[in-house]
Amino acid sequence: MSKIQEQRAKQHTEVALAQASDGIIRHFWMSIVATIALAVLVSGVYPLIVWGLAQMIFPNQANGSLLKDKDGKIVGSALIGQRFTDPRFFHPRPSAAGSGYDPMASGGTNLGPTSDKLINGIHKKMPDGKDDPSSFDGVKDLVAAYRRENGLDAVTRIPADAVTRSASGLDPHISVANALLQVPRIARARNMSQEQLRTLIDRYTQGPDLGILGEAGVNVLDINLALEDMKQ
Amino acid sequence: MTASGWIQLALYVGILALLTKPMGLFLVKVLDARGRTFLDPVIKPVERLMYRILGVDPQTEYNWKQYAVAMLLFSLVSCIFTYAILRLQACLPWYGAAQGHLSTVMTPDLAFNTAVSFTTNTNWQSYGGENTMSYFSQMVGLASHNFFSAATGIAIAAALVRAIARDKAKTIGNFWVDLVRINLYVLIPVCIVYALFLVSQGMIQNFRPYTDITVLEQAPATTQPAVQTLQMGPMASQVAIKMLGTNGGGYANANAAHPFENPTPLSNFIQMLSIFLIPSGLTYYLGRTVKSQKHGWAVWASMAVLFIGATTVCWWAESRGNPHFAELGVVQTGGNMEGKEVRFGIFNSALFANITTDASCGAVNSMHDSYTPLGGMMPMLNIQLGEIIFGGVGAGLYGMLVFVVVTIFIAGLMVGRTPEYLGKKIEAYDVKTASLAILILTHSILIFTAWACISDWGRAGLNNNGPHGFSEMLYAYSSAAGNNGSAFAGLNTNTPWWNTTMALAMLFGRFLMIVPIIALAGSLAGKKRIPQSAGSFPVSGVTFVVLLVGTILIAGALTFLPALALGPIVEHFLMTNTTQLF
Repeated sequence: MSKIQEQRAKQHTEVALAQASDGIIRHFWMSIVATIALAVLVSGVYPLIVWGLAQMIFPNQANGSLLKDKDGKIVGSALIGQRFTDPRFFHPRPSAAGSGYDPMASGGTNLGPTSDKLINGIHKKMPDGKDDPSSFDGVKDLVAAYRRENGLDAVTRIPADAVTRSASGLDPHISVANALLQVPRIARARNMSQEQLRTLIDRYTQGPDLGILGEAGVNVLDINLALEDMKQ
Repeated sequence: MTASGWIQLALYVGILALLTKPMGLFLVKVLDARGRTFLDPVIKPVERLMYRILGVDPQTEYNWKQYAVAMLLFSLVSCIFTYAILRLQACLPWYGAAQGHLSTVMTPDLAFNTAVSFTTNTNWQSYGGENTMSYFSQMVGLASHNFFSAATGIAIAAALVRAIARDKAKTIGNFWVDLVRINLYVLIPVCIVYALFLVSQGMIQNFRPYTDITVLEQAPATTQPAVQTLQMGPMASQVAIKMLGTNGGGYANANAAHPFENPTPLSNFIQMLSIFLIPSGLTYYLGRTVKSQKHGWAVWASMAVLFIGATTVCWWAESRGNPHFAELGVVQTGGNMEGKEVRFGIFNSALFANITTDASCGAVNSMHDSYTPLGGMMPMLNIQLGEIIFGGVGAGLYGMLVFVVVTIFIAGLMVGRTPEYLGKKIEAYDVKTASLAILILTHSILIFTAWACISDWGRAGLNNNGPHGFSEMLYAYSSAAGNNGSAFAGLNTNTPWWNTTMALAMLFGRFLMIVPIIALAGSLAGKKRIPQSAGSFPVSGVTFVVLLVGTILIAGALTFLPALALGPIVEHFLMTNTTQLF
């Protein structure tokens, strides 16, 4: 051992200190004081420091990355997906959050891979002919609907993200393959060239971060806002 | 299984290895009551003030019984504190910010379950944050425990390591000093920087009321505009400690899958690193403190082997996708995307799922319930092995050291020599306490699962039928007893029976495990350290790693294989070989 190593080793030799005589009653009292005193630090001082600094340095992010349209009206958060069903828009993934993209009930289907409900869905009608609340579109229904909306034949294979529900139900992205399959439909509905739309998809594809982390995806709200901007 | 996935895995393990030594050296200073750190000029005065308020003499220590009493009473008092806050949240500040959106009722059983859950570092959630908790409940009632329970775990690990390093000592450290120093020097400073980084990525940190937004697509002929209500609140400060302290309790229901709670792949990567940062550093602390750095690295290597193995199996299973989807004409180049986010994809979902269950974190960035059978089995198995693969902060190390003691005992039996760990004789008492710690965990899981299976209240919560339903229950009690907190989340556990039995499993898994471990520490501390000789059992090197990993796998497999065979394994064969659905 070199001298420095020896010194280091000495420094870290574990030596016990004198034993305290604290008993149960004393520990009980210290528990109450410690809970309050530490809570002031970790639940008061700490979050307020973070809040102050965040509002100063990153006010946009700290308040939800809200997006405004040209009139300054807030139309959404850059991070949170929205529901789109109109053929003129890019459509997001199916969502299990509430009745779809409801941030008050984030979450997935939590259905397992051999679930009949997940694959085939549940189709029940109420006596008045409306859908029963327990009705649920399975992947099979979602595939059929996706093909129908986008005018695809029965042999075109569908990207997985287009017919599966995300974990949060608020997924802001779709895969590039999914976006590309929607191009002909949107081009028809908006009277635009498919080429224009493909360029747009290229521009609004995000990631992977730092060139390697995560997967590429198209932010649906972003690209739909861009579509609306082009209209005017 | 893509090349980019392998690169990201290598990047992750590489960076983790590089961070281990600096973190470990810092912990050596913090976990020594007399240690000096570069933060002293700022924090020392606060530390002294805390000792004065508490009436603690930092120059004194406790024997194992005093240490255990202090830890148990602190946990009890802080648990009641949180229970009270949850029950009274309607009278406390900021309730109005989310008023009208808090649709889940805070019943006594839900508050009990939640208070226990956060006290035990489990963070199982029978509720969804956005529709249950006020900002005050989140920030004070819940986030405080993210600090407390993390610091408690680290303190226990430190006490055990000290006990191993000491020679004929009566005491194992001062719980209050450990608690204060870990919070002040490690958790709070790291979290301030970390939370700010998370905000930079898009995480919210405000006290504004929930915000209504008129969404872009509006049906033409309606007078009522379509709106989306966005959750607001002090999220970043809570998420930083939820990851660093391996707590895992989500601010929102969707946890780290929620775009606010994990906005980018970069935030995802850093969150994953922060889960393992302290557990990994603690292995270096172990090596440094017992003066055998090779032993520290051998423990690290055993953890890394198990981690990479399980991650690879899970990633492989998820990449293959679901054959039932393929039949419908779905192309699964990515793999099984049900319950996963596009920005994370298959690899980062599988990696996160394994990290969060190796550690006792339990945050999720994808829904484990929707994994393929084998993909979902790996997170469950990680928990069942005892969360010793890096593990929860502190809990991972002391859990692993229990297995080290058992391994050395078994190895000693094989060669017919008195087992000896770093110069300490391992005797009947030590093996008994170590075994007790392992048995409590496994019994809590299996007995509660069996009870739920044969009870109406148990089956009433199921979201899936067939073997997957069994997996949901097995996962739930594994998660509770293992203090993990992740879930096969389809299971509805917000009922009095589920809330109460889960809370009991959490309490058993935490405290009935910690007490034998502190007793083990007391026993080891009192032993004489015999100088190492050529005949000593080597606790580093390949042989030791193989023996340790083997012991963990055998103990885990023998205990849980029958149960796993009824759940994920049979489901796997049904999925790949039949068209049967449930």
